[in-house]
This record gives sequence, C-alpha cells and structure tokens, in this order.
Amino acid sequence: MKKGISKGAIAARASREVKDGMYVNVGYGIPNLVPEYLAGRDVFVHAENGIIGMGPLARKGQEDPDVVNAAKQPVTIVPGGAIVSQSDSFMIIRGGHLAMTFLGAFQVSERGDLANWKGPGDGIPGMGGAMDLAVGAKRVVVTMTHTDKDGAPKIVKECSFPLTGRKCVSLIVTDLAVIRVADNGLILEEVAPGFTAAEVQRATEPALTVSPGLKEIAPP
Amino acid sequence: MDKVVKSSDEAVADIGDGAVVMSGGFGLCGIPENLIRALVAKGSRNLTIIANNLGSTDSKDGKIYGVGLLVRNAQVRKFIGSFPGPIAKFPWFMEPYRSKALELEIIPQGTLNERIRCAAAGLGGFYTPTGVGTPIEEGKEKRVLGGREHILELPLHADFALVKAHRGDRSGNLIYRRSARNYNPVMAPAASVTIAEVEELCEVGAFDPDGVHTPGLFVSMVVKGERYEKRY
Repeated sequence: MKKGISKGAIAARASREVKDGMYVNVGYGIPNLVPEYLAGRDVFVHAENGIIGMGPLARKGQEDPDVVNAAKQPVTIVPGGAIVSQSDSFMIIRGGHLAMTFLGAFQVSERGDLANWKGPGDGIPGMGGAMDLAVGAKRVVVTMTHTDKDGAPKIVKECSFPLTGRKCVSLIVTDLAVIRVADNGLILEEVAPGFTAAEVQRATEPALTVSPGLKEIAPP
Repeated sequence: MDKVVKSSDEAVADIGDGAVVMSGGFGLCGIPENLIRALVAKGSRNLTIIANNLGSTDSKDGKIYGVGLLVRNAQVRKFIGSFPGPIAKFPWFMEPYRSKALELEIIPQGTLNERIRCAAAGLGGFYTPTGVGTPIEEGKEKRVLGGREHILELPLHADFALVKAHRGDRSGNLIYRRSARNYNPVMAPAASVTIAEVEELCEVGAFDPDGVHTPGLFVSMVVKGERYEKRY
C-alpha cells in the first residue's frame, strides 16, 4: 500500500501556517513535533503548563526537571521567554490571546467539530487543556493520521466519539492531505506526493470539494 | 512571623481521614513530593485529591509518582483533575476505579484552575464557553452571553493545599522556578490551610518584594523539603 507523508512531515507542513510575530500553542502527539520546525523563527510557542517561548526538546544530559512541555518532556526556553501560572496560562488560552493552536484528533467532522479526548481505547480519558484551546485559540489546526489503525476515516460526517469542541477546527493536516474547513464544507487544498484527489476522497467520509488550486504537499 | 515547621511529617499531621487536599504540580514538575511522601506515611484515608494529574510516570523507571502514590496506597476516594494519564495500566488503580471505590471527576484544565481561583477569590462561580456542546455541559446552567453559549462552573475549595516552591522565607513568601510554578500559586490561596514545601529556606527580608510570586499571607506553614528526586 502507498504511504502518505511522515509524522514529521505533517508537523513541518502544519508549521508553515505560522507567520512571524505569532504566539502559538501546541498539544500532544504530532503537534508536539511542530516546535522542532519553528526553530529560528520569530515566533513564541506557548505550552499550556505555563511557558511562553518554549524551545526545542532539551538535549540529553541538559534536562532541567523544572522545565517541561505539555507532554511532560524536558524542553528549553528561548531568549525572551516568560513563565506564567496555570491561571494566567488559561487566561491566555481562553481569552483569545493565541493566534493558533495545533491539536491531535480521533475525529474531525465536516463542520469542524473536534473529538480528541475520549477515543477507542479503554484508557482513562482526560482532556487536559484541549477543550479550552478549542474554544479560545483564534485558529485550530488539527494534525493527525488520515485514517485510524483499521483504515477507517477520521474525517467524518458526525463524530462518534465525545466532542472536545463544536465547529472549532479551521484546517486539517494529515499524512494524505491538507483540508480546509469552510462554511460550505471541506475543501481539499493539497495532497501528499503520489496521491490523487480521488484517493484522498476514498479515505474520507464526507464529500470533499477539490480546490481549483490543488497542489502537492511540499516536502519539509 | 515564623511559619516554619520542622518536618514534612509534622506539616501534614492534621490532614485526617476524609480531607479535601489540593496538590500543585503538572505531571511530576513542581509537585510537593516531600509532603506527598509524608501523607503516604501518615496513611489518611478517603481523601479527595484535586490536582492536574493523578500522578505521572517517571520516564526512566515507568513507575507512577506524585499523588498517584496516594492511590497506590488506597488513600483516595475521589480525584478531581483534568488528565489522569497513564495510571490506567496499573491494577491498583483499575480495581478501585471499576468497583467505584475511587471516583474520578475529569474536567477541562482551564475550568479546573479557574474553579480553584474562584474559591481563592471569594467568587460564586463563572461562565465559560469551554465544554459547550460536549459531555462537560451536562447538568450545568447554560447562558448566552455576548452572543456565545456559556456554562456555569462553581468554585473548588480545599481543606489543605500542598504547594511546592523553589525558595521560601520563614513567613511564607514564595518564589517558584520555571514551569514548576504551574498550579502552585493558584492553589496556595484556595485552601483553609496551605502548606508550602521549599527547596531553599530563607530568612525574612531575603526577598525583593517585587520578586515574590505568592505572598506569605496565603501560606500557613513552611517546611524545607527533606529530599528532592525531581523526576520527569
């Protein structure tokens, strides 16, 4: 079977949504890779646990247990970074002070509903900061695999998993495609190298409108 | 004013069965690890624990630390937090969870800390758009404010707050370090009794007033943490 782009390439493509001067947040999973592609950019990355100006992961031997990201991994703080309490961190999130957030997902609906906290496994669900980010960030970009482990579409007409937020997703970046959530449905903007629009449609439940400017996802 | 107590054991001596206890920290970062160890040793039962995570795993040995140690020791009746995390793979968690001896109230992280802040600030609650259209809104008052749906959330108060600071003076002024700040300054004002453990204990007057993160006004007791593992 043909393969889409790697998780790193998904994060790299998503990182291109970020413009200089932005304050952006990243969640767990693939989004956690996004900061690695923002190094050297004039951008501040916010981590929900209270860092503004999060840098790349700490190098081995240079970990500081007092400096971790939302996934509890040791990270670095860039020059000009700042530390805030949880209260201020979620004021930043809920209050609309972030230009963008990158979140993972179990499912996204054709209206941009997001389900990312209670999935198929029998683990104990927890949403962490995702519900606040879904309502508070100016733009929600989802990075995920296009289908689940069984090949079922994760872009669906209606989410079957409990929602994180309603009509909150603006853009979906997957291993197969870049899809924009518009008022009148989903617009297929980009496809992974080697994939056609028809192949992406077959892996997607709702109908996609192919953008007149359809192009290939550029490599990292 | 001198609020220093001699040991973590002495600091937690009044935390009895059935107490509602908040613990600062995110994952294992900024947790009051000495006070948690002391509370495990004391063995108080039927506790309600309010914390972001239900403990978290050390990336090196894969074991649960933080308030998860209280669950392992069968001391917790209810957990209120936003991300229980990897604890589900441990039978000492799953068994009481399945039998409902251990109740979980999982809420959005921003709602968790704002409920704590509300209790600290003497407010009756707040309306938030977080959770609208999700299972979180069930049973809650809804109101359209500024053209947007909101749900009413109520304050979350504790009998005891256990917080951890990098430095503290004898009167309870606290200074946190890096992302170990997290919930600690939010929880310190939200409990009847607040116990702060510090890595470095300083004399009153050692801190520049501009640099104090949590004023001692919110702190009942200060203890110098006996031993820091600072796992991650």
